Amino acid sequence: MAIRERLSGNEAVSYAIRQVNPDVMPAFPITPSTEIPQFISQYVANGQIDTIFVPVESEHSAMSASIGSEAAGARTITATSSCGLALMWEMLYVAASCRLPIVLACINRALSGPININNDHSDSMGARDAGWIQIYAENAQEAYDNYIMSFRIGEHKDVLLPVMACQDGFITSHAVDNITLLEDEKVKAFVGEYKPEKCLLNPAEALSVGPYDTVHYYMEHKKQQAVAMHNAKKVILDVAKEYEELTGRKYGFIEKYKMEDAEYAMVIIGSSAGTAKDAVDELRAQGVKAGLIKVRVYRPFPGEEIAAALKNVKAVAIMDKAESFSDIGGPLGADVRASMFGVCNNVKAINFVYGLGGRDVKVDDIKCAFGKLEEVVKTDAIPTGYQYLGVRE
Amino acid sequence: MAYNFKEEMSKPERLSGGHRLCAGCGAGIAVRGVLRALDADEKAVITSATGCLEVSTCMYPYTSWNDSFIHAAFENSGATCSGVESAYRALTQRGKLNEKYKFIAFGGDGGTYDIGFQSLSGAMERGHDMVYVCYDNEAYMNTGIQRASSTPKYAETTTSAVGKCSPGKAQSRKDLAAVIAAHDIPYVAQTTFIGNFKDLHEKAYKAIHTPGAAFLNVMAPCPRGWRYPSEDMMTVCKMAVETCFWPLFEVENGVWKLSYRPKNKLPIEEFLKLQGRFRHLFKPGNEALIAEIQKDVDEKWAQLLKKCGEEL
Repeated sequence: MAIRERLSGNEAVSYAIRQVNPDVMPAFPITPSTEIPQFISQYVANGQIDTIFVPVESEHSAMSASIGSEAAGARTITATSSCGLALMWEMLYVAASCRLPIVLACINRALSGPININNDHSDSMGARDAGWIQIYAENAQEAYDNYIMSFRIGEHKDVLLPVMACQDGFITSHAVDNITLLEDEKVKAFVGEYKPEKCLLNPAEALSVGPYDTVHYYMEHKKQQAVAMHNAKKVILDVAKEYEELTGRKYGFIEKYKMEDAEYAMVIIGSSAGTAKDAVDELRAQGVKAGLIKVRVYRPFPGEEIAAALKNVKAVAIMDKAESFSDIGGPLGADVRASMFGVCNNVKAINFVYGLGGRDVKVDDIKCAFGKLEEVVKTDAIPTGYQYLGVRE
Repeated sequence: MAYNFKEEMSKPERLSGGHRLCAGCGAGIAVRGVLRALDADEKAVITSATGCLEVSTCMYPYTSWNDSFIHAAFENSGATCSGVESAYRALTQRGKLNEKYKFIAFGGDGGTYDIGFQSLSGAMERGHDMVYVCYDNEAYMNTGIQRASSTPKYAETTTSAVGKCSPGKAQSRKDLAAVIAAHDIPYVAQTTFIGNFKDLHEKAYKAIHTPGAAFLNVMAPCPRGWRYPSEDMMTVCKMAVETCFWPLFEVENGVWKLSYRPKNKLPIEEFLKLQGRFRHLFKPGNEALIAEIQKDVDEKWAQLLKKCGEEL
């Protein structure tokens, strides 16, 4: 029988880590992910797990030690946020190019500067091109489920890529939520043993990892990474299907909410999807055909799926909790609009930047965004494609 | 176990020939010297920082390393190796691995004294059972001879240029072995290529076979950067030691011990004059600069003698 509990997102991920009992966890504390290494340290102290916990002196070393450990043949995890992820930046690319399926719990927080400890997606969005799979959770339940599935996705032989399991700092990581947990043995059976085909600590065969790659090979290796990222799409769905059989909880690349007959749609990531669903319900009660697409998997990007879901709407609000200072919108806006090109020719799109640095996003804010969609449709105006929501002008 | 030069040199090489290091490069000599201290039945995982050593010994699809080898980046040889060693402990305690492995991290002085300093300090402080070996050629040689915190005073490099307004690097070198000794790790030593390589071999053997973190600082001259003919390497190393520019010592469990005391400590000119990077110091009018270097060497030597409990 599944276990009913009340946990925060950080507690849920830590609970999953205890169940998985990974081989090695190098980590450095940073708000709001700090609780995770704290829980792991306590689990180790209590003898609940025998993970080698490596309390490194920085996030750069956390990712470097993770690379060494995973390459050596050990299932390796870490956790971080914000500037911690930024300090790992260089090594995120190395982990991906070495094809090491490290699992990183990213507790999303705004990047400095100015320094800010609250939630937005600037940290992981900045790392979107590093070659990591990125999966985003709406709530603690999804944080737990996504985390468990991450091992199976990253370690799959057709993928072999690191995975970032993201959740919103404080909003998800610290707020306590009702949650349904799996029994320890079910998680262990689902995740299985980590048996890499090649590793440093193989007495039968020495291995060199991280060679200098010249002009003759670098591009082929990048293509292989791209193929692996493409392969991840099938694996993500296969693993989700298996997880659904185990838990009854269904996951895909995106979650569509009241999209069947929607005229006005919103594309959003993370915890704000919960708020947006309430807004959709209220709008529906007022007779507005509103709908929502929550992006769960951001890398690989489910462009075709999103475009297909938006094909028949009149207008879409694409919600970015990160600036990219491109002067044309945020990262999700760029990806969604690129995917819509040629498929959703008659759909008006507005890319909203919202919720930066923890700026609260309320139901009314979301309704305001939908209101702007109705306005551009009604007036047949060409929308200003890039706007801020909830900012003092 | 007495050191036998012939036996040691007859061991199979763990770093294969055919790598792309320059002729006479100190890095390859340091690596081979250290790896000879592994017993024949000991397996090892080697880590390298980005640098001459890495780009010359592991160029896809080739590798010179007969042992498992990992390179991650420039500033993290210490942290990467600590991860490999942690994986070893994890897999061993879970019964997934039944072989004994040793862990050796290499870095040049750039990757060790400077950009990799934090990563090294962290790995040493955490006490991983590993040896960190700095092959110290006293500048960033891989990028073309730029100054480092290991570069000696008044040496010419491409970023401590010599001209009418500058006599080369303005600062003295960082005493890294002492800094790492202050981490209270079980074993720290400083060595170079002297005589029949006994000093390097014995220190590497101790470093590898002492449980816990160990650090070796190996002066590994770069003929390109130091501007001397490759075949003079052993003379350059000998003069570094005989002038007390590069003293040989070890720190075992906090106890400092001098490995070699020159019978006649030679003037620093004997070391400087062999190398083009100090050529400007021998121009008339620069005598005071050499005198200053001599004073610095003498003071540091006296401090070392005191630490080692030797008579002045």
